[in-house]
Formats: sequence, C-alpha cells, structure tokens
Amino acid sequence: MSNSNNQNSTRHQKLERNITLMAVATLVTVAIGGLVQLTPLFYLDNTIEKVEGMRPYTPLEQAGRDIYIREGCYVCHSQMIRPFRDEVERYGPYSLAAESMYDHPFQWGSKRTGPDLARVGGRYSDEWHVQHLTDPQSVVPESIMPQYGFLGETTLHVPDAAGTLVALSRVGVPYSETDIEMAEADLIAQANPDVDPGDLAMRYPKAQIRDFDGNPRRVTEMDALVAYLQMLGTLVDVSSAAAQQELAEEKGR
Amino acid sequence: MANDPNTPNRIDEPTGTEFVGHEWDGIEELNTPLPRWWLWTFYATVVWALAYSVAYPAWPMLSRATEGVLGWTSRGQLMEEMGAADAAHQTVKEQLAAVDIIKWQDNPELMQKAVAGGAAAFKVNCVQCHGSGAAGSAGYPNLNDDDWLWGGDIEAIELTIKHGIRWDGDSQSRTSLMPGFDGIFSDAQVTSLVGHVRSLSGQGESNTTGAQLYADNCLACHGPAGGGDRLQGAPALNDAIWLYGSDAANIRTQILRPRHGVMPGWQDRLDPVTVKMLAAYVHSLGGGEQVPAMAPEPVTEDNVQP
Repeated sequence: MSNSNNQNSTRHQKLERNITLMAVATLVTVAIGGLVQLTPLFYLDNTIEKVEGMRPYTPLEQAGRDIYIREGCYVCHSQMIRPFRDEVERYGPYSLAAESMYDHPFQWGSKRTGPDLARVGGRYSDEWHVQHLTDPQSVVPESIMPQYGFLGETTLHVPDAAGTLVALSRVGVPYSETDIEMAEADLIAQANPDVDPGDLAMRYPKAQIRDFDGNPRRVTEMDALVAYLQMLGTLVDVSSAAAQQELAEEKGR
Repeated sequence: MANDPNTPNRIDEPTGTEFVGHEWDGIEELNTPLPRWWLWTFYATVVWALAYSVAYPAWPMLSRATEGVLGWTSRGQLMEEMGAADAAHQTVKEQLAAVDIIKWQDNPELMQKAVAGGAAAFKVNCVQCHGSGAAGSAGYPNLNDDDWLWGGDIEAIELTIKHGIRWDGDSQSRTSLMPGFDGIFSDAQVTSLVGHVRSLSGQGESNTTGAQLYADNCLACHGPAGGGDRLQGAPALNDAIWLYGSDAANIRTQILRPRHGVMPGWQDRLDPVTVKMLAAYVHSLGGGEQVPAMAPEPVTEDNVQP
C-alpha cells in the first residue's frame, strides 16, 4: 500500500474496485470469526456442565416465565450471577450454563437496575413476593420498581398449555408425553390446593405445590409469576463444596 | 474515474506522495501511507493476541478448548479470592465456633466481632423484609423492640434464623396457625371480640360478649390477659406492638382471615457461624433477652411483656 509495495497495492486495488469480490472477501473474513466462536459450542460437551437436578419447567412456572418476559422484568433484572466475589457474596453461587439450558430464550440479561434474580427462589416468602410485586416500596422504600398488583387480579389464562410444551420439546426441552397430556391439569393443580396434583411432584422434582398468591380461590397470574420466582436457582444443588471445587478446577472451558 | 492500474501514478510534488488516480472535477486523492506508529501498534496487537491465546484458554479443540499455559480460569480465580477472604475471617470464625453461643456474652470482644459480622450478613440477607434498620413493617416483625413472638434469647433467635417460620423447606421450622373465624362468628360477635381485644392493650372498653368469646376461643393460645404464648408463637395482645396494625379493622381481618408470616430458614444458605453471628446481631439490637437459666426448659408463665 505504500509506494515501495506496488505489487500489493495493485492487488488490493483490484479488491477495492470490484464490489462483488469485496463482498465475498468480507463475508469470508467475518464468517471465519463467527464460525470459530460458534461452532465449538455445538460440539464441545464441556461448555454445558453436567449437573443433577435440572428439569424442564412446570406448566405453571413456564406461564410465570412468559409473564416475566411479557412484563419486561428482564429489562431491569438479570439472571446471571457471574463468578466474581462481590456477586457471589450478594446473590449466591455463580450461575452455570446448565441452569438455563431449558430457557428459550435465556434470561441472562445485560442490565441490572434491580438485583439479579438467578437465585431468588426460596429467599423470600410468597407473601413477601406478592406484597413486593403489588407495592414494591412498601418493603423496599428506595425501590423504583413499578407496581404489578394487577397480576393478582388477573386470572391466569394460558391459551394452549400443552402447545407451549410441544413447542419447547421441539427445540430440545425433554417434556414427556405425560407432561404434555397433563399440561392443562398441572397448570392449575400446582397453585390450587383443592385440586389433587397427582404425580406432578414426581414428574417435576422439587416442584413447589401450594397457593402462591394468598388467594386459594383462583389461579392468577400472580400465582404463576411467584411460582416461577420461587423456583429460580433452586433446582441444581450448586452450593455443595464438592461441586464448587470441581468447577473451580476444571480447565479448558 | 478513468484509472489504469498499469500506468504508474503521478507524484504530488509538495508532499512527494503519489496520487490514487481518481479525479472528480479536478479534485484528486493522495495515496498517503499509514503512519508508522499506527502500523507498528497494529502489528503489536496481533502479536499480543497470539501470545494471549497461548497464555490463556482460547482455541477450541476437539473435546475442549486449550487450557492456556498459565492455567487460569475465572472460576479458579474466584475460588482463590473467596479462599483468601475466608482465611481473613477464619480466626474470628474459629473463635466463634469454638465457644457456645450462650457464652459469647461473657466475652465482650468476641461478641463485638460477632455483632459486626452479623450486621454485615443482615444487610445482605434480611433487610428486604425486616428493613435496613431492622424496624420491620406491617407483617414483618420489628427486631429492635422487646416483643418477641417465639422468644428473644440468643438461642431462640438462632433457632428461628436457622429453621425459619412456617417454612416449607424445613421440617423443624417453627409453625403455628391461628384458625380463621370467618363464618363462625356473627358480625356483631366479631365487633364485640375486637372491642375486648383492643381493651387488653388499653384501647377502649371491654364488653361481656367479647370477653366471653375471648375466654372460649382465644384464651388457650393468647392467655387470659392477652400475654400471648411463645411456645406457639401466639402474639401478646396486651401491648402496643401490633404486627398487622392495632386498629379495629385490622384486628377484625386478623380474627376472620388471619395472615401468617413466613420466614425462610437460612441454614442451607448460610454457614452455621454466620447464622450465629446474625442471632448475636439481632439480639444486640435492643430487645435481646437472657437465656433462661433452666436452659432448654421453656418459659411457661404468661410472659407479660415488660
């Protein structure tokens, strides 16, 4: 490109002047960068940790997740505890890729106006969640979170619970046929203490079955959202010393 | 735009740089080479990138990525940092773990450390419900006063923190449920009962119907004078401290459809020493009581609040 390098200069000029050639060369260059980063994620097994306890979400939790997305909770709340001391001390053990493997799409987020929610499950009582969602400032005076009291007044309406599970199973979430058949029943049974949940707890281990919103008479959107929040981060036992040691020593990830 | 790559370009005389060969209305472009410093910085970044990818995990291989000669991982680094932080607390934690929590009070220096550690843990884990000053709010007990639902000595507080209150996740959680009287009492009966309950704490006059209803339905747990019963977490009704409000409407709601607070158990999230430090902190807030001399023997008198 300098005077002394006329040969190169000419070749580069050819590339610069032929728009088709330029486009092809750009595509090839960008594709190399992209492929090197993306392809290994499809075949490297160790990018997703092998953990015990991860299971697909129950229909009610899935409905809560959909409400979480609909209301834009992810805009202010992340679900990704990074492996830094400040985050681990505040939020709990760092998140593992395996913990969001049934998330479509994942809710890692990139902005924390509010706190991280990856391990919020079991941290507060249901009552607290309902009060906090209804009037956040009543429990956290300095909070700027909007109020979501209407969730408790809106009956949960999932147009096609089974269809949701079918769609998810097509992208790799291992719902069984029973899960899909029972979807409608499971959806209500998890939050309505008057309905027999059957083998719900067997099919979805660690599923919390109770009335979540303090109103056992009907299943509301509040039930679904609180059920989802109370499940977050509780499925995999990541805090055991052995698990932490193993993860810390693994190399080449 | 007539450019012939084969003819050498003209040289711009003032700068000595050749023309690119474009010309638009007499305006031409010089083929000025990149500054040396820029070019060398660019080469340096290339070298840096290669060296970095050798030193740190980078290249994806067949079964895993290269480990990097430094052997660094983000999780490994975190483990080291946490280890260092733990080591810094280790002596204090060991000292605390070695001494029974009841005896902490005999050692002011140790107690001071425990309270400081507890205060830090409180800010992370407890303030969301109990408030940053531990003053609570409706439904969430104030921890600064000397009114305790389940006992205010340091052991009782530790037990509460460990196992929680009415917490599903722990079979040893403290549990009690007040029955709801919705549909059992008539409207007038509830009004009389509310009147009597309020009279216990000096708010208004009692009445015979209310007193009778109280004696028949409430006395077993809340005591004849409304002193409450810490064995079952039945709140005292004869003081000025009300979890859900002292006005007639709130008391009425609480009789008809009682609300029951739930507190998570923390023993799975926090280590035993941290739980103890939290107990020491809460105990230090103002209302802490002495452990009864007959250690596990519960207080059976109608512990009227001072």
